[in-house]
This record gives sequence, C-alpha cells and structure tokens, in this order.
Amino acid sequence: MASASVIDVGGLQAGRRSLFARLRGGLQGSEYAWALAFCVPYVGVFIAFVVFPVIYGLWLGHSPALYVELMNDPIYQQTVVNTILYLVIGVNLKMFLALLLSGFFMRKSWWAKGLLMVYVLPWAVPALPTFISIHWMLNTEWGLINNVIWDTFHADGPGWLDTSRWLALGSVIVTYIWKNMPFWTVILLAGRMAIPQELYEAAEVDGATGLRRFVHVSFPLMANLYLVCTLLSTIFTLGDFNTAYFISGGGPALSTHVLATLGIRDAFEIARPQLGVAAVLSALPLMIPLVILLMHKLRTSEVQL
Amino acid sequence: MSAVTADRLPKKPNYRGRRIIGEALAISLGVILAIWTLAPIYNMVMVALESHNDVFSTSIWPTDPSPYSFWIVFTEGYWYLEYFWHQYANSIYIGFWTVFLTLWIGSMVSYSIGRMRIKHGWLLTNAALLTYLVPASFLAIPFYRMMQSYGLGNNVWSIIAVEVTFATPYAIFIFQQYGRSIPLELDEAARIDGASPLQVYFRVYLPLMAPALVAVGTYALLLAWNEYLYQFLLLSNKRSMTVPVALAQFLNSDESPWNYMMATSIVYAVPPVIIYYLFRGRMTAGLTMGGVKG
Repeated sequence: MASASVIDVGGLQAGRRSLFARLRGGLQGSEYAWALAFCVPYVGVFIAFVVFPVIYGLWLGHSPALYVELMNDPIYQQTVVNTILYLVIGVNLKMFLALLLSGFFMRKSWWAKGLLMVYVLPWAVPALPTFISIHWMLNTEWGLINNVIWDTFHADGPGWLDTSRWLALGSVIVTYIWKNMPFWTVILLAGRMAIPQELYEAAEVDGATGLRRFVHVSFPLMANLYLVCTLLSTIFTLGDFNTAYFISGGGPALSTHVLATLGIRDAFEIARPQLGVAAVLSALPLMIPLVILLMHKLRTSEVQL
Repeated sequence: MSAVTADRLPKKPNYRGRRIIGEALAISLGVILAIWTLAPIYNMVMVALESHNDVFSTSIWPTDPSPYSFWIVFTEGYWYLEYFWHQYANSIYIGFWTVFLTLWIGSMVSYSIGRMRIKHGWLLTNAALLTYLVPASFLAIPFYRMMQSYGLGNNVWSIIAVEVTFATPYAIFIFQQYGRSIPLELDEAARIDGASPLQVYFRVYLPLMAPALVAVGTYALLLAWNEYLYQFLLLSNKRSMTVPVALAQFLNSDESPWNYMMATSIVYAVPPVIIYYLFRGRMTAGLTMGGVKG
C-alpha cells in the first residue's frame, strides 16, 4: 500500500509537471518569465496598433447604409474599375517583365552587372521625390516627355494627366511599374540563381536550349515563386496610396482614384471618415482570400528550387 | 577541356554569328533599360540645376546649369523651406527610432519564439504574418482618429509607432529564418556555463545575428524614409512635419518653384541611396529570404 501510494503521488506529480511543462513549452520558472517578458513589447505593439485600429475600423464602417451609398456613387464605381485594372494590368505586366528581365540579368558580362546596379535605383530612391519628378515630366506644357515629343516630331504631346482618364490611369500604371519592377526582378533573379546549373547542363544534353529551356526547366522550377510573388504584390498594390496620389491625384475629375486614395479623400477631404472606411473595407472580399492563401503558402511551402 | 572544344568545334562558326547578334540585341535592350530607369532621375537633376525661367521652357537639358537651387535649400532661403533642416532632423529622428525599436522588439520576440521556443510562439508568428499582409494605408483612418483622441497629433512618436508596427513583422520573418542557421547548441552551451537568458540574448544571439540586423535595419530605415500617408495625416504643424510632407505641400501650392522642389528632393533622396548601396548585398539576401521563402 505504502509503495502504491508513493507511486500514485509520484504519478500525480509527474502528471502535473508535464501539464505545466506543456503549458510552458518545457521552459522552467525564471526562463519562462524571461521568454514571456521578451514577447511583451511585440504583443503590446500588435494589440495597440494593429488589433485596436482594425476593430475600430470595422466598427466605423459597420453600417450597411454606407455600402448602399457607395454602390450608388459613380465615382466609387469608377474607382473599383480603376483598382481592378491597376491590379490586373499593373501587377501582372510588372511581374512578367520582371521575369523576363531576371533572365536578362543572368548574363555574366561586366556591363550587365553594372546595369543591374543602375536598374535597381528606382527601388533605392525614396518614392516621393521620384513621383514628384514624374508628375512634372508628364506636365502638358513644360514636362520633359512632351518637350522630347516637340523636339523630335514638332508636334504637341497629349495632356497626360488632365485630359483623359485612360491616359492618366496609364501614367499611374507605368509609374508603378517603373518603381516596383526592379524589386521583383531582384527577387526572381535570386530564384533563378538558385536553380542548380547541372539541370541546365542536363537539359542541354537533351537538346533543350533557348525558349524550350525556359519553358521546360526554368519556369516549372520558378512557378511557385512566381505565384507567391504575384499574390504578395497584388496585396501590396491594393494598399498603394502614393503612386495614384502623386501622379494623377485622382484627376481628371476624380476619374482615376483607386480604393486606397478614395478612402483617404472621403475621410479627410469631404470629412466623412465612416464612408472612407467603408470604401477601404469594400476591398475585403478580395483581400481575405488573398491573405488566407498567402498565409498558407508562406507558412507551409518553403519555395522549393 | 580539349574534348569539349573538339566536340563543339564543328558548330562554332554558326554560333559566333548568332552570338554577335544576340550580344547586339542585349546591348540595345540594356540601353533602353538604362534610359527608362534614369529618365525620372535625370529630370530631377535637370530641373534642380535650372533657373526658374528655364524650368518653364521646352529645353530638354539645362541651358545654364547652376547649383543655386541647392544653395537656397541649404540656407532655407525660401518661405516654403523655412524649417527645412528642422524637418530633415525630424525625418532622421523618426528613421533612427524606427530602426532601433524595430530591431529591439523584433529580435526579442524572435529570440523568445525561435531560441527559447516559447509555447504558442506560432501564434505570434502568424500575427506578424497577418500584419505583413494588411496594407498600412487601410488602417490610416482609424489610426488617425485614435492618435487624435490620445492627443498624439503632431507628435513624431505617433509616426514612429506606425513605422515600427509595420516594420517588425518583416523583422520577425528575417530573424526567424536567419536564426535557423545558428545552431541551438551554442545557446545551450552558454546556459550550461551559467548564463541567464538575457545574457545569452546579448552575448550569443545578437552578435551572431549581426548580418540579419543590418538587413532589417536598412529595410526599416527605407520604410520610414519612404512613408508619406501617415506623416501627412498626423503631422500638420510646420515644425513637427517631415521633409516628404513639406514637399507635398510645395506641390499643392499655387506657385510651385519646381527647381527648389527638385533640389529638396535630391537632398532628401541621397542618404537612403547611399545606405542602400552600402548594404545592398545584405538587403538583397534578406529580401529574398523573407519575401520569398516566408
């Protein structure tokens, strides 16, 4: 009996310890306190500046009447079309060009390496100065682009930003590509460099060169990376405020807003924060699937190269 | 070697012609790329070197280049540039604290999750991942109202809070990825020798993480230097605002002195470009690690 009780007590203690150990992940007393303390600043930042604004935002935009108002607003309808065009054309064209250029920058020659240093400048230079510069380049009367058109063809260039919605939106998309393409080229270049050289050699022995090498070797190996990059870029672009704001400013006649700029305009220029939040929240049907997909992709699949 | 040459010998003349054409095509593509990349930057420099009248002309290079606009910027010689150095100092202040706090908060939480293996650490990793995927501009309206109600409008610390919030998730990624390459046995050896977790963090973890710290620090600085929306919403006072906000005010004013504006832009853009090129290798390694492999 005595021995049995000892065993019982021992079993109980062991059970308790393992329960605590499980809760603490195997860390003991003071160590656990340290581990917790190390997390406190981040948890604080996350609750105060992410969780709280998100809940506050959802509360601000909770009234269904706001969405009815938005749906009936022609400016909002145009904005949705602009946002979709911006995402579909801007992101995909940029990623495709970046994929091609990453192949170009695989060249071993000295000038290609030097060019890469120059080519990444748009990414290194802060956004605002270059956007203001591009805004001035697109000026109808005195901008660099129309000056070049005048000097070479002796013809007046179009009013890029203040006559046509499509020219202005096109300018925004081209600027967006200019600014963001180098970054993704560098990412895809790193992906290409990670492909073992032996694979290419084997493919060459089998007679695959040029385009066939790309279709059958490079692209299958980079497809997952390309997909993850495209999805990530889509979500970043959805939140892009600066490009549209500084290139077209939503003009002419509020026809080139995207959701990110329209939300800010509604909230601060016409002083209706609830409406602004609703405009931003109306992107959730697109955002939620993207976020879920990306969380899954980024967490589970180490991109295999 | 000789076997390979012999093997390819018959095809060689055919290849050479193709290679020359290929190289010529590549060089012309390179030239187009260089023009495409440099045009906006050339425009910036050109306008900055022009006088006010030359800006409003159809010339495509400065007819009479002079650094006069830079002189105006440096001496705050125009009413829009009244507080230029003050605003520049604000930008540097925000950049410095963003870098410091991002590295501090990010490395501590990564140490706890990755090295001490705190239970439920994956929840924090997921929280960071989620933050990384929420566009910052989408939280601007509630954040603005929140800061106003805390009385932190026109306070640079409200900006630092935003930049740190959106830079730490990236820091956590990179630190966790990079941390996996450092063997856990090093920590354990230090623990057996009697080091406390805090000592291990300072003496083992941080020194070994130096390359990742540099990459993330550069990223955080560029993030703070690039950010406009929050600075514009939260800083409206001339003395508390930063250079980008002042630049945008310039742009929206009735008479825009473009040459001064472009000179200001260049002065603002030079430090991050230098820092970027200094730490380019590390940055690229970090970005491919975080942006691609998650």
